[in-house]
Amino acid sequence: MKAKPPQITPSMQCNDVVVLALSGDWCIDAKLPPLDTIIGFLLQEKPKRATLTATDLGSWDSALLTFLIRLSQVLEQQGIERDDSTLPKGVLGMIALSQAVPERQDAIRDQIPNDFLTLVGHHAIWLQKDFFRLADFIGEICIAFGRLLRGRSRMRWSDVMTQLQECGPSALPIISLIGILMGMILAFVGAVQLKVFGAQLLIADLVGLGMAREMGAMMTSILMAGRTGSAFAAELGSMTVNDEIDALKTSGFSPIEFLVLPRIIAMFLTIPFLCLFADILGIFGGSIVSAALFDVSIPEYLQQLNVRMRPVDFEVGIGKCAVFGILVAVAGCFRGLQCQRNAASVGLATTSAVVTGIVFIVASDAVMTMMITALDLLKR
Amino acid sequence: MNTPPERLPESSPQSNATGKIPHIEVSDLTMAYDGFVIQKGMNFRVRRGEIFIIMGPSGCGKSTLLRHLIGIKAPTSGSVRFDGLDLWGVDDVTRDTLLLRMGILYQSGALWSSMTLAENIALPLSAHTRLSRKEIAELASFKLSLVGLSGFEDYYPAEISGGMQKRAALARAIALDPEILFFDEPSSGLDPISAGRLDELIVHLTESLGSTAVVVTHDLASILEIGTNSIYLDIETKSILAEGPPGDLLEISSSQNIRDFLSRGQGSKLSESPSEGHKL
Repeated sequence: MKAKPPQITPSMQCNDVVVLALSGDWCIDAKLPPLDTIIGFLLQEKPKRATLTATDLGSWDSALLTFLIRLSQVLEQQGIERDDSTLPKGVLGMIALSQAVPERQDAIRDQIPNDFLTLVGHHAIWLQKDFFRLADFIGEICIAFGRLLRGRSRMRWSDVMTQLQECGPSALPIISLIGILMGMILAFVGAVQLKVFGAQLLIADLVGLGMAREMGAMMTSILMAGRTGSAFAAELGSMTVNDEIDALKTSGFSPIEFLVLPRIIAMFLTIPFLCLFADILGIFGGSIVSAALFDVSIPEYLQQLNVRMRPVDFEVGIGKCAVFGILVAVAGCFRGLQCQRNAASVGLATTSAVVTGIVFIVASDAVMTMMITALDLLKR
Repeated sequence: MNTPPERLPESSPQSNATGKIPHIEVSDLTMAYDGFVIQKGMNFRVRRGEIFIIMGPSGCGKSTLLRHLIGIKAPTSGSVRFDGLDLWGVDDVTRDTLLLRMGILYQSGALWSSMTLAENIALPLSAHTRLSRKEIAELASFKLSLVGLSGFEDYYPAEISGGMQKRAALARAIALDPEILFFDEPSSGLDPISAGRLDELIVHLTESLGSTAVVVTHDLASILEIGTNSIYLDIETKSILAEGPPGDLLEISSSQNIRDFLSRGQGSKLSESPSEGHKL
């Protein structure tokens, strides 16, 4: 059967009473009549009372209900008393249900600033608080580490072993792939320029020193921030959501000793080996490109490396990487434990852990590079 | 100024509370998050051996109050005392000792997911007792058997059902034979039969261990079945509206809100017929 279009027909009765007659099928797929017509009629006639009737009302759904709610607001604004007692019971019941729980005016809600300066101020305050929270967190880690050194910590070494597996061997495939590719890219990009001067042999210097001093450490740490730092945040965040962190606290365990220390120790112990591994594979990748595309044989490449490279080049890179590893683990655990008690917050904590980890890596790299230069550690 | 809560005499025949010294005493407690006050000026006492119910509508601050009682969140003002000792006024060592006298069953169970059920129970035992590994393993099995989970020692939390997780979490909560047991929505997510069994278990364990139980819930069946005393937190006035045995509150409370709450809203506006005067 074809649906009849929804209509509302206003008509004046005696004693300042307007009758609003609803007819047709009021469904969400129908085009509803505009409320403006009714408003215009009411403004013109100025009735004191409105009676809603539904004698010819066909089928109806939420479309009618929302229309009636808007209409009741209009009538209320104009001070018109309304009588809807003849509407179907179902309609009245549904509207009553929608208004049964009053909106809480004082519910907790973050106020989001809407102008630029307020937004900047808002972020600045957040950054300041975040900095102090981080300082607190690092302080707690130092205290927990002190307790560990004095043999008074409740940290379980079995947890360290589990984390060693997660941070070390499990990360080898991705470190291998990126390490080789990084070495090959460095060699290729450098060699194109060096070939102009007939200095292709210096590819070995470029790749070897680049990987050992900087790129190996940086790349390994950023990979670990994306892979393991985010995993720390997700794991600790999920534990927060599931009340597992609270359960630890109320069982007399410090989450720092029990969860954070094993992760930091595991990362500190494994990342130097991953960095060395990435260095070696990067140098290997460079040798492949040199031999295949730039007529530098592998023995020549190795000979040049032997001449130019010293153990301190590797030591500097690996030392940096160990520091980066600690920072990545701290960032992951910090953001994980900061997580709110909802699922969306776990995702935010994970993203934030990676961003914080990378910021820490870059900032600390700048500081360490300045220190190394100032101390002349790489002087020949 | 706050209206003082309605206080009914603790006359329930099922109460097994002993002694006049309150086990837990909450004085002028105000709870707030980032300056937003959730409840203010709360005063109540929990006597030894009681099953004390904290009830109220969703969002009134029941679970937040529990977090204050178990030492996770510090009050904005006021105090929480256990046997006269202020939880937030004592030094960290004393507070840790106080917390070890409590067992907590969280709403989600909060079993440590990377450990087996036996390890979950063994962890507090290994940290806070001088028992040997073998004794701890035996004790963990015994606690699991108390909640009907014999043979599940080597299962991980993810491998068992929600009801079993709740029971395992209860076994962990009673691992150190606590004096006070806290329950946060123990029956949430459980079918009525499992919820009923858990209620029986709560009553049985608190009686057997001689513990005091504080239960946060809005499960009416649980409230009326196991509660010996209760408070009702009001969301509008942000204070305790009434205190007394739940059955008595249902029968004789002067507050319509409480009677509605304890009778699933019978007599409230929703049950009125639209034709009998309801207007848009």
